[in-house]
Amino acid sequence: MIAEERNPPVKLPNEPVITPQIVAEHGLAPDEYERLLKIMGRTPTMVELGIFSAMWSEHCSYKSSKVWLKKLPTKAPWVIQGPGENAGVIDIGDGQAAIFKMESHNHPSYIEPYQGAATGVGGILRDVFTMGARPVANLNALRFGDPKHPKTRHLVSGVVAGIGGYGNCMGIPTVGGETNFHAAYNGNILVNAMTVGIAPTDRIFYAAAAGVGNPLVYVGSKTGRDGIHGATMSSTEFNEDSESKRPTVQVGDPFVEKLLLEACLELMATDAIVAIQDMGAAGLTSSSFEMAAKGGLGVVVELDKVPMRETGMNPYELMLSESQERMLIVLKPGREELARKIFEKWELDFAVIGRLTDTERMVLSWHGEIVGNIPIPPLVTEAPVYERPWTLTPLPPPLDAAKVPAPKDWNASLLALMSCPDLASKAWIWHQYDHRIMGNTAINPQEGDAALVRVPKGPHGTSHKGLAMTSDCTPRYVQAHPETGGRQAVAEAWRNITATGARPLAVTDNMNFGNPQKAEIMGQFAGAIMGMAEACKALDFPVVSGNVSLYNETEGRPILPTPTIGAVGVIDDISKAVGSRLREAGLGIVLIGETKGWLGQSLYLREACGREEGAPPPVDLAVERRNGDFVRGQIDLRRIAACHDLSDGGLLVALAEMCIAGGTGAEIALPTSAIPSHAFLYGEDQARYLVASKAPKDVIADAERAGVPALLLGYAGGDALSVKGLLSLKLSDIKAAHEAWLPAYMNATD
Amino acid sequence: MKSAVLVFPGSNREGDVAHAIELVTGRKPEMVWHGAGDFEKTDLIVLPGGFSYGDYLRCGAMAAQSPVMAEVKRRAAKGVPVLAICNGFQIAAEAGLVPGVLMRNAHLKFVCADVHLKVETSQSLFTNRYQAGQVIKVPVAHAEGNYFADADTLKRIEDRGQVAFRYCAPDGAVDGTGNPNGSIHNIAGVFNEGKTVMGLMPHPENATEPMFGGTDGKALFEGLVEALT
Repeated sequence: MIAEERNPPVKLPNEPVITPQIVAEHGLAPDEYERLLKIMGRTPTMVELGIFSAMWSEHCSYKSSKVWLKKLPTKAPWVIQGPGENAGVIDIGDGQAAIFKMESHNHPSYIEPYQGAATGVGGILRDVFTMGARPVANLNALRFGDPKHPKTRHLVSGVVAGIGGYGNCMGIPTVGGETNFHAAYNGNILVNAMTVGIAPTDRIFYAAAAGVGNPLVYVGSKTGRDGIHGATMSSTEFNEDSESKRPTVQVGDPFVEKLLLEACLELMATDAIVAIQDMGAAGLTSSSFEMAAKGGLGVVVELDKVPMRETGMNPYELMLSESQERMLIVLKPGREELARKIFEKWELDFAVIGRLTDTERMVLSWHGEIVGNIPIPPLVTEAPVYERPWTLTPLPPPLDAAKVPAPKDWNASLLALMSCPDLASKAWIWHQYDHRIMGNTAINPQEGDAALVRVPKGPHGTSHKGLAMTSDCTPRYVQAHPETGGRQAVAEAWRNITATGARPLAVTDNMNFGNPQKAEIMGQFAGAIMGMAEACKALDFPVVSGNVSLYNETEGRPILPTPTIGAVGVIDDISKAVGSRLREAGLGIVLIGETKGWLGQSLYLREACGREEGAPPPVDLAVERRNGDFVRGQIDLRRIAACHDLSDGGLLVALAEMCIAGGTGAEIALPTSAIPSHAFLYGEDQARYLVASKAPKDVIADAERAGVPALLLGYAGGDALSVKGLLSLKLSDIKAAHEAWLPAYMNATD
Repeated sequence: MKSAVLVFPGSNREGDVAHAIELVTGRKPEMVWHGAGDFEKTDLIVLPGGFSYGDYLRCGAMAAQSPVMAEVKRRAAKGVPVLAICNGFQIAAEAGLVPGVLMRNAHLKFVCADVHLKVETSQSLFTNRYQAGQVIKVPVAHAEGNYFADADTLKRIEDRGQVAFRYCAPDGAVDGTGNPNGSIHNIAGVFNEGKTVMGLMPHPENATEPMFGGTDGKALFEGLVEALT
């Protein structure tokens, strides 16, 4: 038995003296260190300092973002668990829950793209299966620098291989995502990974520890020296020395994680678990701390019992290592042998490393000596929270479409857009992801606005439900006006779920921004949150989980503000779902929603005119909802054969995508209107969809009754796409242009 | 038809093939853990896809040495049919149940895509519901599916009709366009000499339902049921 209340702890041999320099190296500001001293009442030991440093890092404490995140709506009747747990949980009916979250692994992926991206996937998978869910789908949102930048090709190659390497081995289909390129990400790419899992609603596992005396169990891989201080590293700006931080990037082993997944699910089917938490950022520190804090308890950790990969490791390294594929579990008393057998069957480490106490202190022992002793509640309640100064980005004046030149050659303009890096086919990427495993994938990448997978059989038997999932953000809109951009990101995610016929239910957000200590960056964050909050409220689309990644800057240059929205929706009868493929001649092509010809911040403006200016398209949330509800209703009536929302590139790009995805051409004509043709065809007005229907007149009649603008543009058929009087292109030519860019870029050797 | 699906640490498509078998037979296969030295007598043994032992060392090399594989080899020698898919094919090749080896894809990347396959013969347990020359569409998902055999072996398996499927273009042309991994002679699947063991890289189990990848793989399982019931 250890003398828990002995205070102060012993000093270890070679323990350095805590100097201001050591404090600064731990990322603690001088006033934060004062706060620490007040809580401790004495100078901390190295391991204690390391724990404060990790727990109060931006990554773990959300100290700059907390006050703003509170403004997001998080509740709805179908929300079972909102933000604050490992992942969000929503009720999808039939006794089943969808559990999901998106998380960034930006800095590690820039330093070491394969392992950075792979462990990003591993981490988000653990967040989801920790809660009792079997993961059923992965998505990812990637932002790379200018394709011409010398590092970009290497980063694309490594990140994609890393995501595939981990997800493919785990046997979870990677079904969707998005990839953009922009020079603002040259020195700081974004890798946001999302996992969605399914669990019975009565078997969801949480992190809050309970039961004084209950054993604390460590399972999974052994602890090594990898990833020490990852949480602190990811909470600072990059500079030219960042590559020397490669040792702070963890190394993933998806094979072990697959075993861990199966072993955890097997244990979860018994009644042995009180609480469970994965060891992610800040490893053993944050997992043990969070479990004890959430349960209002204390914990004793005997660090010498932790399975170690190498000899000579010390308490500091053990507490701060971010070795992957590890879990911490609080078991019911007497269940240790049952649990041990399961983990031994899966050839994983299993060790009882401590127990819960009623002291509300975290006590760390090392071969019988106390080496750390921290009061838990004040570390949480007195954690720094900053209301950083912020300056909102003003709304730029709208751009007059008449002042944007029309294309000189319409055919060439469409081919150029379809082959620009942001719109070119991403098949080179998603063919490296197993998107078919589990046999439930109903909509493949690039065949619909959202990915769609069948929900596996639940406690109430066979399901006919489908889960629609998407990830969206248009960073150039957010940069131009964060409030509009935040609103648009949520609206587009909602629209993409709707376009399959599913009901959008909830959101996970991944907030990627620059240095929050700059007022204009904090203003971008604030503005984006305001826009997102407004949209989530108006669309009944609560935020149930998320992640904040700040300090995405290199040498003082910030990324485009990128609040990535991951969203999930449900369709009760998956046989009614539609994709975006135009597969049948004779279908009427109907434009839903009003077109004003908004070219400000459009891709046409950027790609064809080389300009990034004007206000982004406004988002009218009432109209968004009305138009979306109408489209979903028409899909439910089985009136729609294919549906695609209008976003980047506007109407003509959307139609071209539908044609090449389905292998059927189309012939449309523009209505007579005052809007210039290029604004009509390339404008990015929101709340619009293209639908293909056998009964277009019925769709239009219903739309009129619902007060929704709807216009029959033409019909599907043939092997060309043509717009009367303007453009005519063979599908094979559009397809070739669309598909050629990325493989050619990746295979180039210059 | 009674069937057993073997499960190795790191197998991950065992559920997919079990689902396909249940869909066709109405009966769940027995799932057999790799540590088992013996298991119930069945009409069919399936080695499923995945990353057994993380694909470390060499794909399939470690699984081929597991206790249950000794029993599989004994039964295969007595003529019990074995269907070996993807990682299962790699294991079967390592265990010497089928000729040839599977190397890293020629383009060095993982590939998941629908491919077209030309059925080489309908004269087997596995292909009796297909016509020789028929073109079917099923997905592949692998990083090491580049089939290779030395010239003598290749000549022997071609002469004896041991090639089950070849990658082809949608119109059936066996050329470079339809080959996703660089396999020699576009070989996607092979039999043992007695045609009681078949190894193939593509996943017929992921093409058994109209909404979820099409139905071109279903006939393989229906054919097995017909032959083994």
